[in-house]
Amino acid sequence: MFVLIVGAGRVGSSVARSALAAGHEVSVLDEDPLSHERLDSGMETSWEDSGGLFTVGHAIEADALEEAGIGRADIFIASTDGDNTNLTIAQIAKRGYGVHRVVARIMDPARAAWYAEQGLETICPTKIAIEQFTTVVAG
Amino acid sequence: MYAIIAGGGKVGWNLARELMGKGHEVTLIENDRNRYLTIEQELEHVAQYGDATELWVLERAGIQRAELVVAVTGDDEDNILICQIAREKYLCDRIIARVNNPRNRRWFELLDIQPAVSATDLILRLIEHEVPSYGLVHLLDLRDEKLEIIEVEVTTGAPAAGKPVSAVELPDGALIISVLREDGGFVPKADTMIEAGDEVLLVLDPGLEDAIMEQFAPNGGRPA
Repeated sequence: MFVLIVGAGRVGSSVARSALAAGHEVSVLDEDPLSHERLDSGMETSWEDSGGLFTVGHAIEADALEEAGIGRADIFIASTDGDNTNLTIAQIAKRGYGVHRVVARIMDPARAAWYAEQGLETICPTKIAIEQFTTVVAG
Repeated sequence: MYAIIAGGGKVGWNLARELMGKGHEVTLIENDRNRYLTIEQELEHVAQYGDATELWVLERAGIQRAELVVAVTGDDEDNILICQIAREKYLCDRIIARVNNPRNRRWFELLDIQPAVSATDLILRLIEHEVPSYGLVHLLDLRDEKLEIIEVEVTTGAPAAGKPVSAVELPDGALIISVLREDGGFVPKADTMIEAGDEVLLVLDPGLEDAIMEQFAPNGGRPA
């Protein structure tokens, strides 16, 4: 499958490496050229030599998304550091390019819940942390 | 009317002033602390501090009873989200969004965030209006009503030049509403002669521009 990951932070780059190791075709888009280093770290060969794709560009720019291969993506992962960027590009991927599976990382539990109700697949790390801490406190 | 404005930059602040001056109730939400403090000195309780893309901030501002939500932050994703949430979660049927980067306009359209206003586009329109070589100028787009008003300069030798209005071959859905000639403009009658050099204003259904150009300014308005 072709996996497009937008935002190569800790989460995005780790998911990218796992997906590549699992045999998927993986393309990463990030506005920071240095984020490439995170993709290389812990790998024996560079990201590209291992078969990964990397595009420098802003997440919301159509040219960048298209260069990164959004037109043929089977899975789209929105993992930039901005909730609003993730929510916007996830909807663009879904409605504008018809990507089959779209998942967005949303830090704000309220927005994550509401957009999930609207049919957008969201992952909310804050909610997971709250639940785990609460379990600890509850003993 | 109760209006919520998201973004207290130059646009948002002045918009708040103007709407208040017209007697409307306004809340202006700004998420930069220093900017908020500056605005708050003048607007007092009208200004609220917070991120207008957060649901609780919108609810604190009373979005449930807002009749108009205007998103004019400097960030297009934020403006899209604020308007989307206002309309779809809080059922506010009047929204206006600012487009900062004209290349993002297609995303506003894709997600049906309308009307979306771009300063760059507005200035481009004015340039088209001021620089006659463009041939055809969009003066007004009524997107919801699916009508537009355009201005076209009649070129020498165009099919319409030298004909009375009644003889100009207009497609269905187009109507000449005014002629600008030398010093002034007037509403033409059926027997008014169209002359080369006239600027003709038409109201039309979108998509008829090419047919209009053929009659008034073939070859894109350039001399044949």
